[in-house]
Amino acid sequence: MPTDAPLLVVENLCVSFRTEGGVVPAVSGVSFSVEQREIVGVVGESGSGKSQTLLAILGLINSPNAVVTGSVRFLGKELLGLKRRALDAIRGRQIAMIFQDPMTALTPVHTIGDQIVEQIRAHESVSRSAARKRSVELLDAVGLPSPESAVDRYPHQLSGGMRQRAVIAMALSCNPALLIADEPTTALDVTVQAQILELIGRLRDAFGSAVILVTHDLGVVAEVADRVLVMYAGRVVEEGGKGQLLREPLHPYAWGLFGSIPPMHGPRPARLTAIPGSPPKLSQMPHGCAFGPRCTFRHEACAAQPSLGGTGGHRSACFLPQDSRQDLRRTLAGRVEA
Amino acid sequence: MLAALVSRLGQMVLVMFGISVVAFLIFFATPGADPSARIAGRNASQETLAQVRHDFGLDRPLPVQYALMMERLFISRDLTSFVNRGQRVVPTVLEAIPITLSLVLGAAVLWVLGGLIVGVVAGATRGTWLDRTLMILSLIGVSIPVFWLGEVANLVTQSRWHDTWLFSWVPPLGYIAFTEDPWGWFKALVIPWFTLATLYIGLYGRVLRASIIETMQEDFIRTARAKGIGERRVLLHHGLRTSLVAFVTMFGLDFGALVGGGALLTEVVFGLQGVGKLTYGALQTLDLPMILATVIYASFFVVMANFIVDVAFVFIDPRVRDAH
Repeated sequence: MPTDAPLLVVENLCVSFRTEGGVVPAVSGVSFSVEQREIVGVVGESGSGKSQTLLAILGLINSPNAVVTGSVRFLGKELLGLKRRALDAIRGRQIAMIFQDPMTALTPVHTIGDQIVEQIRAHESVSRSAARKRSVELLDAVGLPSPESAVDRYPHQLSGGMRQRAVIAMALSCNPALLIADEPTTALDVTVQAQILELIGRLRDAFGSAVILVTHDLGVVAEVADRVLVMYAGRVVEEGGKGQLLREPLHPYAWGLFGSIPPMHGPRPARLTAIPGSPPKLSQMPHGCAFGPRCTFRHEACAAQPSLGGTGGHRSACFLPQDSRQDLRRTLAGRVEA
Repeated sequence: MLAALVSRLGQMVLVMFGISVVAFLIFFATPGADPSARIAGRNASQETLAQVRHDFGLDRPLPVQYALMMERLFISRDLTSFVNRGQRVVPTVLEAIPITLSLVLGAAVLWVLGGLIVGVVAGATRGTWLDRTLMILSLIGVSIPVFWLGEVANLVTQSRWHDTWLFSWVPPLGYIAFTEDPWGWFKALVIPWFTLATLYIGLYGRVLRASIIETMQEDFIRTARAKGIGERRVLLHHGLRTSLVAFVTMFGLDFGALVGGGALLTEVVFGLQGVGKLTYGALQTLDLPMILATVIYASFFVVMANFIVDVAFVFIDPRVRDAH
């Protein structure tokens, strides 16, 4: 296997749910790839399909009414449709996941240590005491104070930040090649958030794992990501390197997102840009571009579904002419100033 | 921990005291419940009634009567029945206890195992024909009256098919003491066990299934699945383990109530002279000392069972451990 091959390739991933009101698409045709040791940030509002995309990668969408199609290849191996046993060999071992809410992500009746040991021993034939020793080391590595005693604690005896560290320690216990973090800092205090993010960045260096970091916090992305995906209504609307994407976003939705952040430098704007309207209901998706109804620059072409296009690594799904976009973006910002 | 235990025991004593007072008042102080009229028999003259009242101490103030009764029940332990003169209440109850305990303990083992199996299997196979079949069977089990089931069991095993190879081992109705003949004890009780357990297997299976299904929606189950530990381990080690709280609560209450005399119908049907049957007989003849004794005995077991459940929680749920 060549080492420069992408770690994970997601192609045309679709997740939909059968409901009483018909089939509701949650994720429609999402494609992206993750390189080795890369940190990919996925941003978007609640309900934009971020979490469902990630759950689908590991086959964790458990609803009997869910339909998942497309392709997810990890190191060349197709994950969708894999038997549970084969999937279990990858889950936790090669792809590990950190969930959004550390308060509910750990089984309340088992100690932190037992839960980490359980994962280690599921994938490696090591003795209980050796696995426990490693749990203590892991808890130490993620910065949990006094790991020797923390290992015997129950989740409810730890604070939110400590629990999230324990969850991260568990996720890292088998040195996964890919770490999927679903809003790992949303439920935490700001100061703890910063610590956890720094931790995730450091762990990439120490353990060599690639990371997919889902968040709706753009500051988080600016802090740690190498590359960014912007999702809206179940689709990727923009994709690019962090610097490029934050400096010159191409999609009007991204303009709105970034415009809503107070600037750190320069004159203070009277009002921040807001995106008018609210995200479409998944059951009543507009025809054509899903962002169309909220977009200031909507025109005739927007009645069709735009596909992801653009030069280099920076692509967006929008019909506006490439060369005039930055001017249009400034108009949007200027309108608010005036 | 010790302080919590002591305070808990103190609470138990208080509760039992309350229950004994209430039971005493119900039978001695409610209008129309004149025990002396019962004892003296029908058409007794006023003189006889007064004589009886005096003999049994019923003409003294209520608190004194209560205290005397408790003294004879717990300290001198020579309280005698109002109906069967000379029958000592305490030894009679003590004799009935092993019978009831044998019946309820055996049934409890059956229903815990059965409830666990039904609940886990149905919860894990939710929506399939297996789940539906188990749930329908459970519903039937819950709906069958225990006395009917017991009579049918008797009809089949004692009469219709008793002379076939299938049920010729079944001994005649009644209790055989474990100390006399363990194998006979087992044979005499195995059918009552199943009869009594049927309702509870269905009930516990359904409750556990619902609890497991709810737990399996939790975030930590998703975490467990993402660990790659296999669905069976996810179900048993995370799902079932967390779902046991409701199961244990119910078990404590049901077990206490059954040992306290709730297994009456089963005892009557199978001719087991247990506490339930004793209470039943005492209530029919309004044998007040006997009623008081069995009520206090029953309350002791219910309170005790609650206490044991609380202690069990400490082991099942670490969150409870820290709450004390």
